[in-house]
Amino acid sequence: MWKYANPTFFMQLAGRLAPWTAGAALLLLGVGLYLAFLGSPADYQQGQTVRIMYIHVPAAWMALFVYMVMTSAALGTLVWRHPLADAAQKAAAPLGAVFTFVCLFTGSMWGKPTWGTWWEWDARLTSMLVLFLIYLGLIALWRTIEDPTRAAKSAAILTLVGVVNIPIIKFSVDWWNTLHQPASVFRVGGPTIHPSLLWPLAIMSLAFTFIFLTLHLMAIRNEILARRVRRLTMEAAAAGENGRAVAASTGVAA
Amino acid sequence: MKALIALFLRELRLAARIGGGGATGVVFFLILVSIAPFALGPDLNLLSRIGPALLWISALLATLIGLDRLFQADAEDGSLDLLFTARTPLELIVVVKCLAHWATTGLPLVLAAPLFGLMLAVEGAGLAGVTATLLVGTPALTFIGAIGAALTASLRRGGLLMAILVLPFTVPVLIFGVAAAAAARGGTVPFWTPFSILCALTLLAAAGAPFAAAAALRHGRD
Amino acid sequence: MPSPLRLIVDNLAIDRGGRRVLEAVGFAVAGGEALVVTGANGAGKSTLLAGLAGLLPLAEGRIGLDGADDPEAPVAEYCHYVGHREALKSALTPRESLAFWRDMLGAGRPGLEPEAALAEFDLAHAVDFPCGYLSAGQRRRASLARILVAPRPIWLLDEPVTALDVASQARFADLMRAHLAGGGLIVAATHAPIGLEAARALHLGQAA
Repeated sequence: MWKYANPTFFMQLAGRLAPWTAGAALLLLGVGLYLAFLGSPADYQQGQTVRIMYIHVPAAWMALFVYMVMTSAALGTLVWRHPLADAAQKAAAPLGAVFTFVCLFTGSMWGKPTWGTWWEWDARLTSMLVLFLIYLGLIALWRTIEDPTRAAKSAAILTLVGVVNIPIIKFSVDWWNTLHQPASVFRVGGPTIHPSLLWPLAIMSLAFTFIFLTLHLMAIRNEILARRVRRLTMEAAAAGENGRAVAASTGVAA
Repeated sequence: MKALIALFLRELRLAARIGGGGATGVVFFLILVSIAPFALGPDLNLLSRIGPALLWISALLATLIGLDRLFQADAEDGSLDLLFTARTPLELIVVVKCLAHWATTGLPLVLAAPLFGLMLAVEGAGLAGVTATLLVGTPALTFIGAIGAALTASLRRGGLLMAILVLPFTVPVLIFGVAAAAAARGGTVPFWTPFSILCALTLLAAAGAPFAAAAALRHGRD
Repeated sequence: MPSPLRLIVDNLAIDRGGRRVLEAVGFAVAGGEALVVTGANGAGKSTLLAGLAGLLPLAEGRIGLDGADDPEAPVAEYCHYVGHREALKSALTPRESLAFWRDMLGAGRPGLEPEAALAEFDLAHAVDFPCGYLSAGQRRRASLARILVAPRPIWLLDEPVTALDVASQARFADLMRAHLAGGGLIVAATHAPIGLEAARALHLGQAA
């Protein structure tokens, strides 16, 4: 198992996998978009705007899924101190932020015709907004701490703090929302979703997952390469002076 | 125990002698409270209605201001290195530093809240409610903020970053704090429901944040 | 302190900023002995001392202390770490600072009173001035006085005599000798000789 965690091996594996996941993503996205926009009926109540859901809902799922990926990577950083986990964490944060943004943006687009306003302080949308802020905070932390090992550990701690807090935030926002606007909002969803809506949704979700996989693999590769460049530069800078410090003459039997 | 008392007294002494501590926080609190009517207009009915919320937002921001120095000052002058070598667990050191910080920054805000509440036409039960919620809620803000302070302890310009990291996590405290303060004036929700959740949030923050902050300090040294 | 202490460092490696700064460092220092660590800029002297004080994670190797009264406790709890930074607050007086560090680091073991420790460093007159008013050399001495108020057997000294004048250096050398005579250990990193003739040397240098 550890073989797969070796960065060099991972570079090769990711290099070979990425074209396939990219192909699968494109194919699924093509089919999904066709089903979403042409191959499925418009909703009898919402009309064509229901099609926004085929992007909005998978983006929301991915926003949470990416956070789970980051949590696993954060444990990898703190428990096994593995550089690959560091890279996986760092690479996932901007992707998660983008999915969350897509979710918020499409939610807003859907809200205008449905609720008559660009932004509704709806419980789900508001929770997503807080998640978006947490993603932005993590990215800011990554960008501020220069030493990649330290940055990874700090970000891992913040990610885990977030995992504990996200359910609390969700609960609070739900409570807050029911306090302020008691169930005035019509919502699609629930278990009685029609199969003609379900298929495009499933395929789009799969497509989003493959898009994430592809981008994540490529971003991890980039991060590993960037770290190599950084290390080589530092070694070149140090080579002129000391190189590695080794205890040359101890004069003591240890 | 002796070590923790010594640490607590040292923090109080430093707060009393160095500016930017409790008194400045209260002044900042006052300024936030007094600029709000300039933006909203001097309508007492409106101010009275949103007064508790204004007091809470002001207290939140006033708590965060200055919290970035919680560990940064010790990291800069090398004191933090020595605290690592103490026999006292780092988690307890974090707890004591948070308590001292709250006593010098949070507590003055709570004491000033009734006075500033009157300026916003919050009176009677509402005033008592907002003061009580600030009393039990501001420690949670300090503890949550300590995580951000620990993450940014060794960064030269950590203040803004700290606010960005911490503010999303203060959303639940803000929600239940303001809700309880509003419920104190009557309404559909009984006061004790959000108030007890607020107490639970504070206990949770006090129990969990020291571990996260201590871990961040251990990993953050360069 | 008559306990036969022995600090053992085995195959130590420390990374900083993604680069291996120290590799395969091993030595042992027994009670009453001093080890002087030398090496060029960036050879890892400060890193070694910070590692011994438990401030940096070890990439490899281990640090052990034989003869400690509590074998479970981290080695760092037996160490005084004197780094480049003084750990003095400019708003506090030396007396207050030392009283704080005595309670924080002493853990019940009796040491010198703050006034007596400061007197050892010729600072009896400055006991109650805020540290912000002291000169660099005075601050350094006030900082060094810390190791007298809370007795710990291992002194980790990183360039301890910078900013000290000749008289203070001689004074400090006497204190170090007294510490060694009492069974203590010293690991010091320095460019300049610090007055420990009997010390053994560890040179950190170029990779082979």
